Amino acid sequence: MGRQTLNAMVARGFVLFVFIVMAHGCASAPVQKGPIQPAERPVSEFVKPNVTYPIDAYDPLESVNRRIYKFNALFDKYVYLPVVSAYEFILPVPVQDMVSNFFNNLHEVRNLVNSALQLKGGKACITGTRMVVNTTLGIGGLFDVATGIGLPKQNEDFGQTLGFYGVGPGAYLVLPIFGPSSVRDTTGLVFDLGTYEIMTTEMIGWLDLNSDEKNAVTWGSDAVDAIDTRHQQSFRYYETGSPFEYELIRALYLKSREKIMVEN
Amino acid sequence: MKNTLLLLLSLALLTSPAWAEEPPYEYPIVNPYEATVIGTPAFGRPELPAKIRVEPLDIKVFGDRETPDVFWYWNTFRCSLAYQKGKAPLIFIVAGTGGSYNSSNMILLQKIFYKAGFHVINLSSPTAADFIVGASATQIPGNIADDTRDLYRVMDLAWKQVKDRIEVSEFYLTGYSLGGAQSAFLAKLDDEKHLFNFKKVLLINPPVSLYSSARILDDMLVENIPGGMDHLNEFFDQMMQKLSRVYKRMGAIDLSSNFLYDIYKFETVDKEGLEALIGFSFRLSASNMIFTSDVVTNTGYIKPKNLVLTTGDSTTDYAKVCMHTSFLDYFNQVFYPFFRARQPDLSKQALIDSLSLRSIEDYLRNTKKIGLVHNEDDIILAPGEIDFFRQVFGSRAKIYPNGGHCGNMIYIENVGYMINFFKS
Repeated sequence: MGRQTLNAMVARGFVLFVFIVMAHGCASAPVQKGPIQPAERPVSEFVKPNVTYPIDAYDPLESVNRRIYKFNALFDKYVYLPVVSAYEFILPVPVQDMVSNFFNNLHEVRNLVNSALQLKGGKACITGTRMVVNTTLGIGGLFDVATGIGLPKQNEDFGQTLGFYGVGPGAYLVLPIFGPSSVRDTTGLVFDLGTYEIMTTEMIGWLDLNSDEKNAVTWGSDAVDAIDTRHQQSFRYYETGSPFEYELIRALYLKSREKIMVEN
Repeated sequence: MKNTLLLLLSLALLTSPAWAEEPPYEYPIVNPYEATVIGTPAFGRPELPAKIRVEPLDIKVFGDRETPDVFWYWNTFRCSLAYQKGKAPLIFIVAGTGGSYNSSNMILLQKIFYKAGFHVINLSSPTAADFIVGASATQIPGNIADDTRDLYRVMDLAWKQVKDRIEVSEFYLTGYSLGGAQSAFLAKLDDEKHLFNFKKVLLINPPVSLYSSARILDDMLVENIPGGMDHLNEFFDQMMQKLSRVYKRMGAIDLSSNFLYDIYKFETVDKEGLEALIGFSFRLSASNMIFTSDVVTNTGYIKPKNLVLTTGDSTTDYAKVCMHTSFLDYFNQVFYPFFRARQPDLSKQALIDSLSLRSIEDYLRNTKKIGLVHNEDDIILAPGEIDFFRQVFGSRAKIYPNGGHCGNMIYIENVGYMINFFKS
C-alpha cells in the first residue's frame, strides 16, 4: 500500500472513528440502576492474582483497543465488506484469483527482504525463485506456478525479523482497519509497507507516465490491493457468537505470532 | 474348491433376508467421539450448490428493548431465508446448542433443503447469544417451554416478513440436537395455535432430558482433563496453543463453528483429549450463554449487579470466571432460583422433568407427523435413553448404528432419508 494511500486511509479512518465515538458518546450514557453489588461468583474468588490465564495478555491500552475493534467491525460492515462484495460480484472468480496472485507476488518482496535479514538462505532462495517463476511463467504474477511445482510460499515479515533478533511483542494493539497487532508488529508493518512503497514507486517509474497518471496508477493499485487483501480473508466480526470475541482473537493473535517466531 | 466356497458364500448372501432388505450402513466413522468432532468427510457428503438464493432477515422482536452498549453488535436479531422462485414448501430449521443461523452445519442444511426444492428459514438457537439479547422474553435460556414460545414468535414474525414475497404450499419443521427437542415442543405448540399446521416435523439427534445431556457434556470435560479440574487452566492453554497453530497455518480460522474440527484435524488428540475437547467446546458455548444472559438480565451472577459495561470495558476476568462455571452451576444458581421465584412450589426435580421429551411423551406417541433420526451411539444420551425413542416413535424412528452426536447428519444416506421423509 502506498505511503500516501496509507496516510489517507489512516486519516480518514481516524475521522470516521472520532465521528463514531462521538456519535456513541452522544447517543445515550448508560444508566446505572442502583448501587453496585458484588457478583455471586465474584472475580476476587475465582480469579487468582498470581496465576497466568490462557487469555491473559499485556494489553495496557485495552480500553482504546476495544473501541478500535468496534470501529473496525463497523468499518468492515458498512464500508469494507460492501465494497469487497461488489468487487466479487463484478469480477469472475478466475480473475479475482489472478488479482490475488498478482498482489501476492508483489508482496513477496516482504518475504524476500525479511528472510534475508534473518539470514535464512533457504527461505530467501525459495522466495526469490518463486518471484522469478511467477513473474515469468506466471505471466507477471497472475498465476502462482511456483506453489504447484513444490515451492511453497514462505511468510516472513519485519515483525518476525525483530522477533528473530530478540525483540518482544510489547503491548497488544488493535490498529484501525489493519486489526490485531503489537508494538513490535506495528513497527514491522510500517517497515514492510515502506519497502513495498519503494519497490512499487520504482516499478511505476518504469512506466512512461506523467505525474498525474502515476498518481492514478498508485492510488488505483493500492485500492485494488486493499480490496483484494480483505477478499482473501475469511474472518467476519462477531461470527464467533461469543461475548468474549475480543479476548479470543487477542489470545490467538499473540500466541500464533509467538509460534511463528519459534517454529519458523 | 475356492470357487465353490465363493459360490456358496454369495448364495448365502443373496438369500439372507437381512442383507436383501437393508444394505449395511456405510458412514465411515465408528468412534462416536470422533464422529461428533469430525462430522462427515467431504467424500460422504451430497453435492451441494456453491451459492444459493439466500438473504438475511432482520427481525425486531421487542420494539422497546435496548441493547446494552457492550453487546452493540447484537442490536439486530437475524435469521436467513433461502427462497425458490415459484411455489414451494417452506421449512424452518432450528440450530443446536449455542448455534447460529449461519453456522456451517446450518448453512449446509439450508443448501440441502434448498436443493431439494424448499424455501428455507434458518433460526439461531435460543441458547445463542444474539437470541438471548434480541429474541428471548425472559433472557434466561434453557427452559424449553419458554424457549419454544420465543422461537414460535420469531417464526411468526419471519413469516409475516416474507409471506408477500414467496409462495408457500405447506410448512415443515426440523432441528438438530437441542433444536430437535425444541422442534417437538414447537410442533405441540403449533397444534394449539395453528399458525403453520406443520405437515411434517423431523427431530434430528435430540436429547431426551436436557438436564441429563448437559450433565454428560459437563462431565466429559471434568473427567478427562489430565490431572483434574485444577488443571483446567493448563488444558485451556493447550487448546489455545493448538488452535493458534491452526490459526498460524491457515492465516485465519472459521471461528464460527469448525474450530473443534480444526484442532482435531491439524493436531494430535488422544481419546481422553477428544472427550475433553467436546466437553471444552460445550463449556465455551455455556460460557457465552451464561455471561450474555447475566449481562442483559443484570442478575449479578458473574458481573456485579448494576455495573454497566460499555464498549471499552474489559471482560477478560469475567471470561475466566465463566470458564470455571459449568452448565449445572448455572442451573442450580441462576436457572432454578429464577423459575422458583415465579412458582414457589416448584421443586428442582419437577423443573428437570419439564425439560425432557418425556413430559410430552403421549403427544409424541400419538402424533404421526413427527419423525426422528438418531444414532445408537449418540454421546449425549444416557445408557438406555435411545430405547425411549424406539418405544415412543416406533416405525417413525430411524436409528443408525453409528454417527455419534450429529456426526452423520449430512452424510449422503442420512440426507436422502431426511428429504424422503418430508417428500413422501
